[in-house]
Amino acid sequence: MSFNDNLLIVIAASAIFYGTPLVFAALGEILAERSGVINLGVEGMMLLGAVSAAWVATNVDGPAGVVLPLALLAAMIAAGMGAAIHAFLTITLRVNQIISGLALTIFAGAAGLSSYLANIWNLGQAPIVNQFNRLDVLGLADMPLLGPILFHQTLLTYLSWSLVIGASFYLFRTRAGLHLRSVGESPQTADSVGISVAGYRYFHVILGGTFAGIAGACFSLSIVPTWADGLTSGQGWIALALVIFGFWRPDLMLVGAYLFGALSSLGFTLQARGVGISLAVLSALPYAMTIIVLVLVSTSSARRHLGAPAALGKPYEREER
Amino acid sequence: MTSNGLAGAATAIAVAAFGVSKRFPGVIANQDVNFDVRVGEVHALLGENGAGKTTLSNILTGLYRPDDGHLEVAGLSVEFDTPRDAINAGIGMVHQHFRLVPTFTVAENIALGAKLPSERHIPNLREIEERVSELANRFEMPVDPRSRVWQLSVGEQQRVEILKVLYRDAKVLIMDEPTAVLTPIEADVLAGTLRSMVDQGRSVIFISHKLGEVMSISDRVTVLREGRSIGTVATSDTSRQDLAQLMVGRTIERVERRVTDVPASGPTVLEIAGISADGDRGLQALNDVSLHVRRGEILGVAGVAGNGQRELVEVLAGLRARSSGTITVEGEPFDRMDARHPIHLGVAYVPQDRLGTGLAGDLSIEENLILKKYRRRPVSGGPFLRTSVIRSEAVALMDRFDVRAPSPQTPTRQLSGGNVQKVLLAREMSGAPKVLVIASPTQGLDVGAVATVHGLLLEAAEAGVGILLVSEDLEEVRALADRVAVIYEGSIMAVLDAQDATIERLGLLMGGSRDAGDKS
Repeated sequence: MSFNDNLLIVIAASAIFYGTPLVFAALGEILAERSGVINLGVEGMMLLGAVSAAWVATNVDGPAGVVLPLALLAAMIAAGMGAAIHAFLTITLRVNQIISGLALTIFAGAAGLSSYLANIWNLGQAPIVNQFNRLDVLGLADMPLLGPILFHQTLLTYLSWSLVIGASFYLFRTRAGLHLRSVGESPQTADSVGISVAGYRYFHVILGGTFAGIAGACFSLSIVPTWADGLTSGQGWIALALVIFGFWRPDLMLVGAYLFGALSSLGFTLQARGVGISLAVLSALPYAMTIIVLVLVSTSSARRHLGAPAALGKPYEREER
Repeated sequence: MTSNGLAGAATAIAVAAFGVSKRFPGVIANQDVNFDVRVGEVHALLGENGAGKTTLSNILTGLYRPDDGHLEVAGLSVEFDTPRDAINAGIGMVHQHFRLVPTFTVAENIALGAKLPSERHIPNLREIEERVSELANRFEMPVDPRSRVWQLSVGEQQRVEILKVLYRDAKVLIMDEPTAVLTPIEADVLAGTLRSMVDQGRSVIFISHKLGEVMSISDRVTVLREGRSIGTVATSDTSRQDLAQLMVGRTIERVERRVTDVPASGPTVLEIAGISADGDRGLQALNDVSLHVRRGEILGVAGVAGNGQRELVEVLAGLRARSSGTITVEGEPFDRMDARHPIHLGVAYVPQDRLGTGLAGDLSIEENLILKKYRRRPVSGGPFLRTSVIRSEAVALMDRFDVRAPSPQTPTRQLSGGNVQKVLLAREMSGAPKVLVIASPTQGLDVGAVATVHGLLLEAAEAGVGILLVSEDLEEVRALADRVAVIYEGSIMAVLDAQDATIERLGLLMGGSRDAGDKS
């Protein structure tokens, strides 16, 4: 048994592997919520992304280098379209954001459009051939300690890291990021200095949706990796909790995502080692944790200190006389 | 008036409106408005609430498009599709309700908006902070660019708003009721700032309905009435009385100062002893406040908004918990935090937020009128409401309190501000209260409604009701109150008899200076 088979290292490595879709989904939701739009449709958008990616990966012939980017693109477009519906309803028609988001998840979710599409496309018969495999980056995968954790992940993980860095820079260092935050904090202020509130909201809700699509593709192209109805198993809801857990900051959210990723992977890992804890209990851990986090942060005093965008959930309308 | 150095340029027109009209469904907000603002002048837009001042400024800043007419900036015809167009044309707005992001720093707030040619693509906050400091020094408006906006006082926030506009190099600044949130001393400082801006070749459009400040600050005045521009006059050629008449369209009677005829030894109906309470943010908002109101007396509470007035009236209405102190109404203690208890003790409450806290906007007038007595006969019998009684009482009250509405079933939301306040007063006074707690009774009302409301208050006092009148309008407080208490940062600075309560003295006390309040 080599050093890298140490239980903690295995858990750390799989925490990142299982946490990766959470990073994408929560990062997308951070962007949307920073603009003031809460989108409870994450789970639905992830499933749309997962099914579209699975279709491309099953039906397009070609080398992985062509098929996989196409599959990701399809996932982003499908989920982005779902987000666009939410954006239209909540920004243009000023529908209640909670209701619209829930409707999106029900419409696109496990018993909805995504399983219907999978059904008529005959997906889920066999594992997908073209999938995102773990890489051996710079030949360092066997390096003690850091090798399995940092250098033996899929391309999706490295993509998520660059997006987290990019999003942090965008939010806190660029003019557009400043404008985005002002739209989420005080749309009246943004409007009065000529920033397009609707424009920023549409863009970031849809961009956030495309990230959720990639999150879905993580399941159908890497984690599972085939189609199964409802294969995201509620991780979209965990992503929503992670946004709050991370104080609407990409860097803190990343830490939270890997914490939840560790909990998600605990079941398989411990079972493989023959540890005698019920699998049911272990699988329930991330969801129980979600409930605990939400209860803790939902107290009004916590909410005040958390730094939620002040206009989150509120439609913006120029005051009429 | 205009400074000598710019006398030659003073005839140049900075911005002008020609025949501007704007209609909303059912309302004509602006109709054929004409006016021009010269380079280097303070130009006042004077008008009552609803005269179209706000609509006009929204047109000037690109929020609305006029239905007819056009604007000219520096002699060239312009069309604004978005606020950004107006900003690019050099027109900046300082809103009455500040447009600032409270969680951002001063510099971040100022940097919001399109990139200036002199700025980098990736904004450098250090650079922006330095430029803000420079600008602040040049116009003598000290403010720390690194502090967060929520930490600033209202006066400082206003400076940030002005700096924000100056940073974009606006040539024309529109100030919407800028003194409404300031103490008299801060207002004087602001007047100096405006003067230094016009001396440096900018123009200021000063929107106000207060005659006094329009007379003292502006060079010329354009009067708006019912959406139309009535005319433009030089301030030096006019008087308060002339302007008032232009603004209202008829001569107005000023409320007469009442002769104090309440014996100083009259029985006390409301006794407040040492109450303290926290505000919404959990910080102490009231600090050991003691006041008493006698039968038939009006006690004014003056102060700049946000110094604990809201918390005070909410405690008295049983809507906010107090951390210490006692309240008694005619000797009976009021010790529970419960909105129904003070009603039983005879405390009537007219809040500042009339349609939010005072009335249910979607309910009809008659339903609102019974909100405090629907539990008892004759309005209800057992579990049922008696609609015929409700209807006839409503008709009688609307008649007595001069509520003008199509019918008792009209939703209160559809009424004008004056009628909303009359419905509220009708409900509260019909319960035959011993004490009336009333906040900003005439804020946002037109001159006619103000006179009616003031009349009703004096009538109530004559009938023996003790009135606690909270108002930011010093003229109102001085006109109505027998005694005036000044509240500052949650403490009562002094209680003055009406004849001692001069504007100067009240102004100093409102700014937190205790020296002025030696006599209490």
